[in-house]
Amino acid sequence: MKRTVFRNPWLPYALVAPQVAITVVFFFWPALDSLRLSLYRASPFGDRLIFVGLRNFERLFNDGAYLRSVFTSFVFAFFVTFVGLAVALLLASLANAKIRGLAVYRSLLLWPYGIAPAVAGIIWLFIFHPSAGVLPYVLSFVTSYQFNWFLKGWVALALVIAAAIWKQFGYNLAFYLAGLQAIPGSVLEAASVDGAGPVRRFFAISFPLLSPVTFFLFTLNMTFAFFDTFGIIHAVTQGGPGDATSLLVYKAWKDGFEGLQLGLSAAQSVILMLLVITLTAFQFRYAEKKVTY
Amino acid sequence: MTVVGESPVSVVARPTVGVETGGIRWWARLRSGPRWHNVIAHGILIAAICVIAFPLYYAFVISTQTLDDAIRMPPRLLPSTALVENYTQAWNRAAMGRLLLNSAVMALGVAGGKIVISLLSAFAIVYFNFRGKQLVFWMIFVTLMLPVPVRIVSTFEVISRLGWVNTYWGLTVPLMASATGTFLFRQFYQTIPDSLAEAAQLDGAGPLRFLWSILVPLSKANIAALFVILFVYGWNEYLWPLMITTTTDMRTAVVGVEALVPRGGSQLAEWNVIMAAAMMVLLPPVTVIVLMQRWFVKGLIETEK
Repeated sequence: MKRTVFRNPWLPYALVAPQVAITVVFFFWPALDSLRLSLYRASPFGDRLIFVGLRNFERLFNDGAYLRSVFTSFVFAFFVTFVGLAVALLLASLANAKIRGLAVYRSLLLWPYGIAPAVAGIIWLFIFHPSAGVLPYVLSFVTSYQFNWFLKGWVALALVIAAAIWKQFGYNLAFYLAGLQAIPGSVLEAASVDGAGPVRRFFAISFPLLSPVTFFLFTLNMTFAFFDTFGIIHAVTQGGPGDATSLLVYKAWKDGFEGLQLGLSAAQSVILMLLVITLTAFQFRYAEKKVTY
Repeated sequence: MTVVGESPVSVVARPTVGVETGGIRWWARLRSGPRWHNVIAHGILIAAICVIAFPLYYAFVISTQTLDDAIRMPPRLLPSTALVENYTQAWNRAAMGRLLLNSAVMALGVAGGKIVISLLSAFAIVYFNFRGKQLVFWMIFVTLMLPVPVRIVSTFEVISRLGWVNTYWGLTVPLMASATGTFLFRQFYQTIPDSLAEAAQLDGAGPLRFLWSILVPLSKANIAALFVILFVYGWNEYLWPLMITTTTDMRTAVVGVEALVPRGGSQLAEWNVIMAAAMMVLLPPVTVIVLMQRWFVKGLIETEK
């Protein structure tokens, strides 16, 4: 901590006032209100709230639609995070040479990060379009299977996963490339002299040395997959067909805003809050350990 | 440290820079073929870039075609002549001028407001001792765990009680506080030597003068980095404007594009016009990233450590 050098009885309070005010009014108040609402249910006429204890949570955990949403969210996150990162790491490792023009490649890889998830989703919606899109057209040469996301849940899920991975992929690749370039060549050469093949070198040296990058990208992608993908779902599939792409965030919003089931939506918010707290705790735990260097 | 929203969590490695080994003889170099390896590396990267660029190229191509061409099979992958017509259509139909203005207000407002608020609170936390400092610090920290999706229903109630539905206040102010910026500036201030503040005091400069004339200029790089990240975040935010605005003239551009996609299937989607609108919406944040790339990367990595 710094030796404090300024003295003033009121100035520090004035300086933190804007931030504290916004935090209390727009973060704490609604969050506490969500906690409170999660214990209530609106009366049939919507004119008053009835205290129901933990009944909302009980209802959620017995609700097939909610459990499916949990499952779908994890499948989605798995593909976006694990598969997205694995492919990026594989490509980065294959392309790991002391190459020129890395800065140029970086520019060409980073830009999709700037595209809004909703816009990315709309572009992929057209790519997947059953009658006009390029992807079903190309696939029609290979198989007669109808890749129609309006009808088939898994195609719709593949569509939103593709849009999400597209937005993150270049960026993951750029970070892995930078991380690999920073690994001392002498270490890899020493291993190679000792007879370690490329695969062995990768798992024994590169992968552990990259763990801070992997950790950084992992948390970032997980957070993205769970909390920033509302736009993709709302703009593209609206949770459908059926509830095949109804991710947790989308469902919480839909039950609250369209279904007007405030208590049920608030309970979902509380569950999401627990998920964020878990992610944050995970992140700090490992941030302290610095993973493996 | 931000778990959700505008910026990444980070513990990026800064491994030591590799020492080039000079031990390989020139002929070995030629034989074992680092050059061949280079060709493969370039090939893979170029292929990856082409795959990544394809959807954007495709969207652009569609935005230049007539509707007939856009939905005809087999797909045509070359730009056509309807560009001006489609963009004019998109501009008029979605009231794109107004929507882009709203997006700009939101993105600049959130970025600017958050930078100012964070600068001030970090300054107070680092350069003053005051009662309740720990409490303030923890309050700011906890906001990390309260992203928009976890307070959906109640937030709307707060905004409507304030009468901020369909206002620029509602679109910007509530998003201005979060731990990201404060932690970034706090981290940075702590690296500034104490002697600087002492010297300023000896010269008779008060705290605000010190902040304005010394800290802010020193923080330029951090401000630029934070700006890029926050601009992109503000421009692309979707759930917030969707909740806070109910009239089409207060919507942001990203939400406006969605409104062009017909639901239910009975209406024919004009994909060429939708893609034209999408191109207009994605251009500003992508341009900011490309032009300010150095700051963007710095911001991503350093938003917090």
